[in-house]
Amino acid sequence: MANDPIHQFHINKIIPIENVAGLDLSFTNVSLFMVVTVAAASLFLYITTANRGLVPGRLQSVSEMSYEFVASMLRDAAGTQGMRFFPFVFSLFMFVLVANLFGMFPYFFTVTSSIIVTFALSILVIGTVVVYGFMKHGLKFLGLFVPEGVPGLLVPLVVMIEVISFLSRPISLSVRLFANMLAGHITLKVFAGFVTSLSALGALGIGGALLPLLMTIALTGLEFLVAFLQAYVFAVLTCMYLNDALHPSH
Amino acid sequence: MFVTKAFAQEAAQEAVEAAHGAAEAAHGAEGAFPPFDASTYPSQLFWLALTFGFLFWFMSKIIVPRIGGILEMRQDRIAQDLDKAHELKSEADEAIAAYEQELADAKASANEIGNKARDAAKSAAEAERQKIEKKLGEQLAEAEKRIADIRDKAMADLGEIATETTQAVVSQLIGGSITKAEVTKALKASEGQEKSNG
Repeated sequence: MANDPIHQFHINKIIPIENVAGLDLSFTNVSLFMVVTVAAASLFLYITTANRGLVPGRLQSVSEMSYEFVASMLRDAAGTQGMRFFPFVFSLFMFVLVANLFGMFPYFFTVTSSIIVTFALSILVIGTVVVYGFMKHGLKFLGLFVPEGVPGLLVPLVVMIEVISFLSRPISLSVRLFANMLAGHITLKVFAGFVTSLSALGALGIGGALLPLLMTIALTGLEFLVAFLQAYVFAVLTCMYLNDALHPSH
Repeated sequence: MFVTKAFAQEAAQEAVEAAHGAAEAAHGAEGAFPPFDASTYPSQLFWLALTFGFLFWFMSKIIVPRIGGILEMRQDRIAQDLDKAHELKSEADEAIAAYEQELADAKASANEIGNKARDAAKSAAEAERQKIEKKLGEQLAEAEKRIADIRDKAMADLGEIATETTQAVVSQLIGGSITKAEVTKALKASEGQEKSNG
C-alpha cells in the first residue's frame, strides 16, 4: 500500500458531514489542505505587509513582488481596464501557487491534483468572462466568435471553430493544471518507490537504487518549477480570457 | 457526462454503504481512481467555494488595497523626493552660476588692476629712464667739453714745448743764443706754411 503511487490521491473524511440536503459535504483531507492553502496565503500576505514599510523587508518584498508580478501580467494582457479583475486573478494565482507548493511536502495532499477543483476554478474564470462580457457589451460580446476580415463564405466555419475553441477553454485550462500536478506526483512517487523496493534487495540493490534516487531528487526540483509554472500559466491564461471579456472584437 | 457518472457512482456507493456499513465507505468507492471519484465532488466543491470565497474576499478587501496602498505611497514618496532633488539641483546650479559669474568678475577686475599697475610701472620706468638718459647726456657733454679743454691746453703747451725744444736744438747746432721770440716767429711761419700746404 505504501508504494501505491495512487495512494496519495485518496480522499479521507476527517469530519464526516454526510447528507446535507442529500449531499455529502464531509470535511476531508482535500478540504483541510484547501483551508491550509488559503490560511497560509492569507496569513503570509497579511503579516508580511502589516508594517507597511516604505522600505520593504525581505518578506514584504516577496508579497509585493507577487502583487506586482500578477499586476503586470494582467496589465499586459488586458490593459488597465483589466485591473478591475485584479483581486480575482491574484486570488487564483496565490491559491494555485500555494496549493501546488504545499503539494511538494511529503504526505501533504495536492489540492490542484483534483480535477474537480481545477475544473471549478476554470469554470469560475470562463463564467466570469461570459457574464462580464454580456453585461458590458451585450450581444456585441458574440463578436468574439466572428473575427474581422473573414470572407463571408467562411464565416460559419470560422464561427464554429471559434465556438468550439471557446468551449474547450475551461477543459484545457483545468486539465492542464490537474494533469501536470497528478502526473508529476505519480512520477515522483514511482521513482521514490523504486528506491525503497530496490534497496530491499541487498547490497546490489542499494547500488542500483542510487539511480532512481538521483532521479527523484532531479524530479523534485522539476516539480517545484512545474508548481510555479502551472500557477503562472493558469494566471496568464485567465488574464487573456478576461481580455476577451473586455475587448471582444479581435 | 460528469453528472451521470456522478450519479451512477453515488448510487454505487450507497449500495456499498448499505452492504458494508459506514466505516468502509469513508475510503470512497474502492478501485476508482480517486480524482475521478464523483462521490467526493460535492464535498470538494463545497469546501473550495468556502475557502476560495474567503480568499477572494480577504484579497479584495484587505490585501490588495493594502499592498496597492504601500506601492502607491512609495511611488508618491519617490516622486516627491525626485521633485525635491530636482529643486535642490536647480538651486545648486544657480549657486554655481552665481559663483562662476563672481569668479569671472573677479578675474576681470584683477586683470584690470594688473594692467593698470603694469602700465603705471612701465610709464614710471620710462620717465626714470629718460631722466637718467638726460643726465647721462649732460655728463657726457660736460666730459667732452672738459676733454676738449684739456686738449686745447695740451695743444697750447705743445707750442711752448716746441719753442723751447727748437731753441735748445738751434743753440746746440748753430751755437750762440737765439731769442725765444725769433723761434716762436719761425715756428708760427712754419705752422702757417704747413697749414696752407695741408
